[in-house]
Amino acid sequence: MSSSFRARTALIGASVALLIAASPIVAQSPSPMTSAAPGAPDLTGTALTVYSGRSESLVGPLLERFEAATGADLDVRYGDSAELAALLLEEGDRSPADVFFSQDAGALGALAGAGLLAPLAQATLDQVPPGFRDPAGSWVGLSGRARVLAWSTERLAEADLPASVTDLTDPAWKGRIGWAPTNASLQSFVTALRVLAGEDAARTWLDGIMANEPVVYEGNAQAVEGVAAGEVDVVLTNHYYVMRLLAENGDAYPVANHFFPAGDPGALVNVAGAGALASSDTPEASAALIGWLLGPEAQAYVATGTFEYPLVAGVAADPRLPALDAIGSPLVDLGQLADLQGTVALLQEVGALD
Amino acid sequence: MTNVPAVQRSRLRAPSARRPPLPLLAVAVGVGVLAALPIAYLVVRALGGDVGTLGLLFRARTVELVVSTLALGLGVGAGAILLGVPLAWVTVRTDLPGRRLWSVLVIAPLAVPSYLLAFAIVGALGPRGWVGDLLAPFGVDGLPSIYGAFGALLVLTLATTPYVVLATGAALRRLDPTTEEVARSLGDGPMAAARTAMVPVLVPAVGAGALLAMLYAVSDFGAISILRYDSLARAIHTQYRSTFDRAGAAALALLLIAIAMVLVWAEARIRRRAALRQPQGARRPPARVALGRWRIPALVLCAVVACLSLVLPVVTVAIWLVRGLGEGTAVTVDLVPLRDSLVLGGSSALLAIVVALPLAWLIVQVRGRTGALVERMLYVVYAIPGIALALAVVFFTLNVVPLLYQSLIALVVAVSVRYLVQPTGALRSPMLQVGPRTLEAARSLGQGTTGVVRTIVLPLLRPGILAGAALVFLSALKELPLTLLVAPTGFSTLATKVWDAAREGFFTQAAVPAALLLVVSSVSVALLMRGEDHA
Repeated sequence: MSSSFRARTALIGASVALLIAASPIVAQSPSPMTSAAPGAPDLTGTALTVYSGRSESLVGPLLERFEAATGADLDVRYGDSAELAALLLEEGDRSPADVFFSQDAGALGALAGAGLLAPLAQATLDQVPPGFRDPAGSWVGLSGRARVLAWSTERLAEADLPASVTDLTDPAWKGRIGWAPTNASLQSFVTALRVLAGEDAARTWLDGIMANEPVVYEGNAQAVEGVAAGEVDVVLTNHYYVMRLLAENGDAYPVANHFFPAGDPGALVNVAGAGALASSDTPEASAALIGWLLGPEAQAYVATGTFEYPLVAGVAADPRLPALDAIGSPLVDLGQLADLQGTVALLQEVGALD
Repeated sequence: MTNVPAVQRSRLRAPSARRPPLPLLAVAVGVGVLAALPIAYLVVRALGGDVGTLGLLFRARTVELVVSTLALGLGVGAGAILLGVPLAWVTVRTDLPGRRLWSVLVIAPLAVPSYLLAFAIVGALGPRGWVGDLLAPFGVDGLPSIYGAFGALLVLTLATTPYVVLATGAALRRLDPTTEEVARSLGDGPMAAARTAMVPVLVPAVGAGALLAMLYAVSDFGAISILRYDSLARAIHTQYRSTFDRAGAAALALLLIAIAMVLVWAEARIRRRAALRQPQGARRPPARVALGRWRIPALVLCAVVACLSLVLPVVTVAIWLVRGLGEGTAVTVDLVPLRDSLVLGGSSALLAIVVALPLAWLIVQVRGRTGALVERMLYVVYAIPGIALALAVVFFTLNVVPLLYQSLIALVVAVSVRYLVQPTGALRSPMLQVGPRTLEAARSLGQGTTGVVRTIVLPLLRPGILAGAALVFLSALKELPLTLLVAPTGFSTLATKVWDAAREGFFTQAAVPAALLLVVSSVSVALLMRGEDHA
């Protein structure tokens, strides 16, 4: 082989070796403290495996604080909630995971239904209002996510906004609505509609929306950006996207949240939550993590870091948002949102989904 | 065009009609078993469902999806050929100014993940894209919608053209000018002589590249979800994410595999008619074709392709970074994902090449049934949707080798097997030039088998080895679903970091790993092409 080839191969090999050797210097993993912070459980030396359907950019800092406060050593797998749920179902009782942190209740419900979640202590469950946890006690909500109508402050006035989410089927809204039918939150909302108003009413509503030719977005962030860009006037989304984009783009960002009246299907509040895996070999540590996530520090982070609703009493949400109990979520039991399959079938039937 | 008579063709077969050497067979069988495992998993899962699962396969909607998936695959394959062959020819055989730079630039899109490319193109050509804003004063009312079939075809063609360019370029570089000169001396004009000499060598190469492009297109999810094109891959994803049932998803995945098998079979039929060895003449570079007045159009073609498939994504990432920094968003430069990406990429490339060499030998030199079967299975594994493959790996490691569950070894093996078609395809063309006469001559001069391999075979195969290793490296860098579900917990690559930040809209945080990914990939592409030129 020619010398230039050898030289090049050697260069590549040396660079890779150098990077691998240098990585301990540049590695950013926090070293666990030798003593736990006062008030927090002492988990020094305990290794916990967490599967998180919530993005690292959202909850990474929070989990690092848990490590620093308790001395635990967390191994976190970040992914999509539904894909991680599929992984957990595939792993079954041989899963190495201890705690599952989910973006929405649907994935938690599926795992609970398969018997993979261990029941949580009543004291933990009681920290959260009854509507935001599993009635059977397998999982608990950690933060509230309210459905809203994000609307363009440049092109609309408050008076133009619909009184109920069902009014969006009015032909006056043709071409002006955006949504993300593949998004779990919207699918949860449609499930809630099916539960509250019945299958036929839900189908009628969906047909009405499809007749208004909604613009389809892949995700909530893109949908809200679509309002700002002028592609649509209103989108159905979760409340915190507007808050985050306001933070990123400044207060002049031309999109605002509109909360539907209490009891309206559009006023659904979903939760991100967590459950302890029954297969875990460190159940006390798993319970400690979930308990800590319901503690004051974590719940305050929910409000200021992610702009979601803290669920524990005594911790206030962002002052620009209406109070959680003022929203009036129509569903008492989030477990009723378990029939995601039926919702997907309905969405496919009306042509909103493949 | 002169046809090679049948008697000549049979004489070009390997003199050994005996059974293939046992070590090669062992490697092939091992790879074949690994490749069969995901299909077995999907069958197990699909059979575990109820009657409703079967009903899923026979909905009218599913038939529509099959049609749209096939259309996408064939369309992207055709597009990649139409774009890739001229690009390869223009950068290898002509006197195009700056052709070394262009040959790197047209391959460089391999460095860009498909969803990033889709983001960038939608950002430019979408409803509020800046291209529309630029053209508005000229009375252009609105661009054709970037969403749907047009966008999917455009983005996936741009993303996969490098496969055809690489394969075709490698074949053109290895081309022996003797055949062409002989044809000229026998009276063919320059165009006819070029066709006679080039077509038999190019067809297998272009076929391999185009097949990669087609299979990539039918299995891609990231780009088509952004471009809102309805294909089977998207339906499979929706099934996994909505039903938690896995049986319906497995059934649809098997349907996708069936489509992939059809495409593989079709390509094999076309290729069988044209596989020929190169005569073992002197290896000297063929004469360069002067472009003359075609110089400008050729340059324009190269520039447009490079702009759309490389410059746009780079500029998009730069905008994310600059915009966020301007708003005061904190940006951290974390090198651990870079290390993990390099470890994954390097190990996968190494393993893939080590396995691909004996496999390619079996396929090309021995030409037995085992090799052909294994190659087809590898193409199918390449086309399986990532999440299905990941769950298959989970299933088998947990049940068969629990010690390897969530280990780096399992991930590297999975990634290598997934992309093993790339090096075996890249080795096909150079392998065709290792003829039995050369081997016999080397042996008659006293070289043992290892000596022959070291001094004759490997140098001849070097361009294919480099190309194959680079392709696997790049694919491993961009890989997402296997890394998310199969890697050791806590192992994260640049690709997973980009995805994690971008899905929540934190584009500024996504920009740094995206930039690092582009830089590392581009460097490896540049090194690859320099090796090609010096060969």
